[in-house]
Amino acid sequence: MCLSIPSKVVEIDECNMATVDTMGIKRHVSLDLIADEIHIGDYILIHVGFAMNKIDEEEALQSLELYREMLEAMEEEERRQVIESDDNCENRTQA
Amino acid sequence: MSELQLKDLYDGFRDPDVIKALAKSIIDEAKHLKEPLKLMEVCGGHTHTIMKYGLKQLLPDRIDFIHGPGCPVCIMPKERIDHAITLAQMSDTILLTLGDMIRVPGSKSSLAVERANGYDIRALYSPLDALRIARENPDKKVVFFAIGFETTTPMTAALLELVEKQGITNLYFHINHVLVPPAVDAIMADGQAKINAFIGPAHVSVISGAKIYQPLPEKYSTPVVVSGFEPIDVLQSILMIVRQKNEARCEMEIQYSRSVTLEGNTKAQEMIEKFMEPRVHFRWRGIGDIPYSALALKAQYAAYDAEKIFADILPTEPIDDHKLCICGTILKGLAKPNDCQVFGTACTPNTPMGSCMVSSEGACNAYYRYGAIK
Amino acid sequence: MTRPKQIQLSHGGGGEETNSLIHDLFYHHFSNDTLLAAEDAAVLDVKNKIAFTTDSFTVSPIFFNGGNIGKLAIAGTVNDLAMMGAKPLYLSASFIIEEGFTFADLESIVKAMAEELKHSGAKIVCGDTKVVPKGAVDKLFINTSGIGEIEKEGISANHLQEGDVIIVSGDVGRHGAAILMEREGLGISGDLQSDCATLWPAVQALIDANISISAMRDATRGGLSAVLNEWAEQSAVCLEIEESSIPVDEAVQGICELFGFEAFDFANEGTCILAVPQKDVQSALDALHEVEVTKKATIIGQVSRKKEGRVILHSAYGSSRYLDLPKGELLPRIC
Repeated sequence: MCLSIPSKVVEIDECNMATVDTMGIKRHVSLDLIADEIHIGDYILIHVGFAMNKIDEEEALQSLELYREMLEAMEEEERRQVIESDDNCENRTQA
Repeated sequence: MSELQLKDLYDGFRDPDVIKALAKSIIDEAKHLKEPLKLMEVCGGHTHTIMKYGLKQLLPDRIDFIHGPGCPVCIMPKERIDHAITLAQMSDTILLTLGDMIRVPGSKSSLAVERANGYDIRALYSPLDALRIARENPDKKVVFFAIGFETTTPMTAALLELVEKQGITNLYFHINHVLVPPAVDAIMADGQAKINAFIGPAHVSVISGAKIYQPLPEKYSTPVVVSGFEPIDVLQSILMIVRQKNEARCEMEIQYSRSVTLEGNTKAQEMIEKFMEPRVHFRWRGIGDIPYSALALKAQYAAYDAEKIFADILPTEPIDDHKLCICGTILKGLAKPNDCQVFGTACTPNTPMGSCMVSSEGACNAYYRYGAIK
Repeated sequence: MTRPKQIQLSHGGGGEETNSLIHDLFYHHFSNDTLLAAEDAAVLDVKNKIAFTTDSFTVSPIFFNGGNIGKLAIAGTVNDLAMMGAKPLYLSASFIIEEGFTFADLESIVKAMAEELKHSGAKIVCGDTKVVPKGAVDKLFINTSGIGEIEKEGISANHLQEGDVIIVSGDVGRHGAAILMEREGLGISGDLQSDCATLWPAVQALIDANISISAMRDATRGGLSAVLNEWAEQSAVCLEIEESSIPVDEAVQGICELFGFEAFDFANEGTCILAVPQKDVQSALDALHEVEVTKKATIIGQVSRKKEGRVILHSAYGSSRYLDLPKGELLPRIC
């Protein structure tokens, strides 16, 4: 019921309706509930035929960046653990 | 920083490696929890994400989900569904509603059954379609049975504004819009569920703003994190809650920062305020009357208000659920779907006895469809 | 004959107009000796064990991106034969036409049928035409029945074995999504084609490569979910599927996001699922990859005993859930 999907604005007409693209599927949504000025190329959340808001690209990118850093830190940690366990291995055979 | 692609907004928040990493962090940090986390995800959309992605399986047993009342279809009491059926059965009438509402059982029947009986009942994908239907059928009464939480309410208001502007006189509104904060208060006041943290709704908050949860941390000593609907959103929110607990903080935080602000969508809020006002009484299925928990059209819009215009034919008696159905207990967070003796036997998505089995956001439906494997 | 613009009730009356419709349209495009013999029944020469199937096609809309009701009526029945290891030989075609249907549309549908028959070499050897008053059917319904000669025996939904590998012949859900996209009132559009296609060349390639096939089914109504659940139940096995390995077209995923559907619940009309023993997996994939309609065939899971009668979807991050049969209203008439 609260299903809302991020979509990209590809066209805006004079009736305040936008054509949005969701992974190659296009449809019309109303911009009547949006106070911000919407431009082509903006990302908006759509719900039952209306745009609900403009997605904050900066915030989205920051979240994605945070996840990337988290993965890097974790990989680094794992690498360290592998090396440590390797160092502690007594039965190491010479390569 | 690189440019954001639409795909990132989906795949970026479902990345399996990030899911694994977040689950690992939660497991590590949850070891330091002083008490088990009893986490209520208020919104049915989160229930759906948790079940669909099997997130519970990734988390320690010390973190338990309590599925909240945030599914607008699930909380609709039988007498309101009887309203919809009664309206649909009037002569020369087309009844419109959204989504799963059509399958929810009322006291004797459902809209789906009545549609098969020949009444003109249609499920819309957008309330805007009601305009076209009303215009194409000038000799019929068109009734929009409006449902939904704060997310969907402004769309109904926007429709009414257009109806007024365009001078459409044959479209009526039966308003069943409900509000999150009073429902949360009712469950906390009940006190039995022992909830010690909340995952705040995603899209309700896009409209209302996160400010509606600001009283919660102080009132109930429960952290609240407003979360998006993707699996990474939910896991990151849980991690934020665990950290709050471990650091003895108790705050309202926003994880879903790409779409939620403190203030929300003020234009949508104004639109709601223009047309609607809180009702003194509204009965929630299984929970009972929660004062000021729903909206009605303001008096000056009575000419569009199906509840007023057709009041003489609408039933007024409250109707309780089937004795065996425990939807009410589930909605209060006191039971899980598989505690119900008719779950998956007498009550299935094809033959729902209770409303929680109907909607894909209902806890019973999600348990039935995605039945967690351990 | 002066070409009529519209099909009239007289075209189904059995007289001159019916005759000219049959001769100028059906005989012209479906031409073969058995059909042109114009007897009360087709006389067929079949020596081996045969497979026999029938299906009615009522899809709405009748023209959709990637095909039309005619192409579907041929591919559907031919595929049902192919899935039993039978080479499609002879088909019947019955048309129930709504009065007022345009001749031009009927002709393009018949042409599409003739074109689709080329992919299997099957022939239409008998048929029937009825015209009914306006409103008695929705534009056009077609029934096709078919006979095929069995070239590979033992393919059955009951024959899945522990250790068999599950292969899907292409991306899933495109037919159902394409039809949904055409549905009036949804107001959506996009570049999304139905997968509607004849699968016999792929089956022939498997047979030629001498692949053992435990089970094979085209994933029509109910999609991948339905086939997997039917197999799990009928063979009393567990199917363990890696969710991330199920191929889904981006636009199909877009439709799923929009309406909260799952691609594996959507119908396909040119995509099949196979269960083959481990030893034959690579040669099966090699054979399928040589054929245009199955060139993206890929492994999605395997058969186990973990939970008999159920399908388990494993996520890429360590959780799992049951994949159930699709429920509720999904789509209007899709085939």
